[in-house]
Amino acid sequence: MSTPLVEVRGLKVHFPIRDGLLINRTVGMVKAVDGVDLDIAEGKTLGLVGESGCGKSTLGRALLRLSPITEGSVRFDGTDIAGLKREQLRRIRQDMQMVFQDPLGSLNPRQSVETILTEPLRAHGITYDKATRVRELLDQVGLPASAAQKYPHEFSGGQRQRVGIARALALEPRFVIADEPVSALDVSIQAQVLNLLEEIQQKLGLTYLVIAHDLAVVRHVSDDVAVMYLGGIVEQTGSDKLYANPLHPYTRALMSAVPVPDPTVEDTRERILLQGDLPSPADPPTGCRFHTRCPFRQETRCDTERPELREVEPGHSVACHWAEEIASGKITAHEVTPEEAAAAV
Amino acid sequence: MPEMTVQAEPTLGVGRRTDVLLSVRDLAVSFGLRGQKSVTAVDEVSFDIRPGQHVGLVGESGSGKSVTALAIMGLLPKRGVEVGGTVEYAGRDLRSLREQDMAELRGSDIAMVFQDPMSSLNPVVTIGIQLEEVIRRHEKVDKREARDRAEVLLRRVGIPDPGRRLGEYPHQLSGGMRQRVLIAIALACGPKLLIADEPTTALDVTIQAQVLEVLKELVAETDAALLMITHDLGVVAGLCDEVNVMYAGRIVESTTRARLFAAPRHPYTGGLLESIPRLDKPRGTPLRPIPGSPTQTIPWTEGCAFAPRCRNKIDQCTETSPALEKLADRKLRCFNPLPAEADRNGVDE
Repeated sequence: MSTPLVEVRGLKVHFPIRDGLLINRTVGMVKAVDGVDLDIAEGKTLGLVGESGCGKSTLGRALLRLSPITEGSVRFDGTDIAGLKREQLRRIRQDMQMVFQDPLGSLNPRQSVETILTEPLRAHGITYDKATRVRELLDQVGLPASAAQKYPHEFSGGQRQRVGIARALALEPRFVIADEPVSALDVSIQAQVLNLLEEIQQKLGLTYLVIAHDLAVVRHVSDDVAVMYLGGIVEQTGSDKLYANPLHPYTRALMSAVPVPDPTVEDTRERILLQGDLPSPADPPTGCRFHTRCPFRQETRCDTERPELREVEPGHSVACHWAEEIASGKITAHEVTPEEAAAAV
Repeated sequence: MPEMTVQAEPTLGVGRRTDVLLSVRDLAVSFGLRGQKSVTAVDEVSFDIRPGQHVGLVGESGSGKSVTALAIMGLLPKRGVEVGGTVEYAGRDLRSLREQDMAELRGSDIAMVFQDPMSSLNPVVTIGIQLEEVIRRHEKVDKREARDRAEVLLRRVGIPDPGRRLGEYPHQLSGGMRQRVLIAIALACGPKLLIADEPTTALDVTIQAQVLEVLKELVAETDAALLMITHDLGVVAGLCDEVNVMYAGRIVESTTRARLFAAPRHPYTGGLLESIPRLDKPRGTPLRPIPGSPTQTIPWTEGCAFAPRCRNKIDQCTETSPALEKLADRKLRCFNPLPAEADRNGVDE
């Protein structure tokens, strides 16, 4: 296998919690991302799923160094961006762009689409022919050339997201991070944007990291999927494999929780209901981060030893001590009472 | 093609009865400011809910589903709003009721759960007081008994250590817990009808599954009817006996969930189902998005509002406005519906 385009090793992003009126004391750390290894192959899409607060957006931002990297390395095409100086970083960011969740919030309301699309080019000192470049970009995302003179508020949500995508493409990047690209859109519009992202990837050979909370969306667009829980990756494998054979208890629960628009499926499938909420990343549980809510928790190891992400079968990594036993049915699920889950938080 | 035969289906709600609990007929709501053209948010909306039945109201943002709920509850502002049609609850016309009587009904007979629990709960009053308030407002019980019942309710909706939680404020609870508290408040006086307006939209999937489970159990236990308002077809598929699909303020298709999902006949319903990625279908199933956006609708007076986005559009669609017609197995507002057969392999492309 060739070396991946993006290589993340032992990445940690910790935010200090500060307190005190006059003296600025650090009273704790929010461990938003706590030891993540990740590879993204050139031309592929990696999907990153998890619930809100699991650190998936912070991880995405850290790959562009929009969040400060506390520890670890992020290699982009062989260069570790964690140690780059300002100017070097600025240059490498030409190749790494981002599409944000809320298209209205991420587009300047006082700039016309033309200005929005050419700003990255100006910022990077690239010479361009305004009219042609803007027309090209709009064409790529399926907007009419007349859109160039309009302002963000004149568009519908789906069209605005197209403008956001066009802006990300302006610098002809190799790697695009899309953070919840469709979750702010109406259901009937989501498919348009997903298809567009796929189309662009095929045409331009881009590498994607798609961050989303919707498992169905992620499965649809991704070659590989990584599942994140409380700052760490708990399972990573090919998209088909993950959905056919989820090994981590959290992945299983997550998948069984997604409502499916088919009454027969809804009535018959088995649901793993998790108790309680996501524990605080400022004070994560000891051992396995998921053990407080895990229906497969064992007496030993789970609460004392943090499981490493390990390859249990070729191309399928899981961070669970008991993955094999759970898969073979030796360990079965048991009830977690709400009290247990709460006591552990 | 022969119409599908109508047969009895198992219901999710308790029992199948013929008496009607809530009957909405030709509900219309328009908003207007002086000197401006009024906007019709909801029009010609009619449906029934029987006791214990679960009815879904599905639509995208702006389709008028929440306005429908607010109109039923009489919670729309008086000024600048025009409401037409009738809303009958257990034989009483809610729209002609005095505000005082309506307030009596709200909370005790008809209760509502809103989408955003943080703005529906009072941030400066403890959970306990907010629960007791409802109980004491509608029933003659003393403070201690109200407190005890509040504790039982909290335990019932799955909140750990309810005794302690009663003394806490909304900001001390997580999103899922707040929504549970709202459900507890809604069900405190054993309503006959619960209206839930996107109760799980703001929540994560695993928390959504928890809250839906609690809602399902409690509604079944108390034999309450449920009007579930959501944009998520998946939520409806697991919860509702009957589903009404709304588009641009009108119901476009209405039938049982089994029929709706097996063979949607309105191009909008069909389009929605084909445009969402699904976990139960093989990967790589292409998505067929509905072109255009919901803002691109024409008023119903100039034809079908969905016509500009519709794949099945015929000339008639832009000339006259379709009526909600009663077919053997459903109600449908469309001149050129999708084929009736459940097996739709090989339909156009």
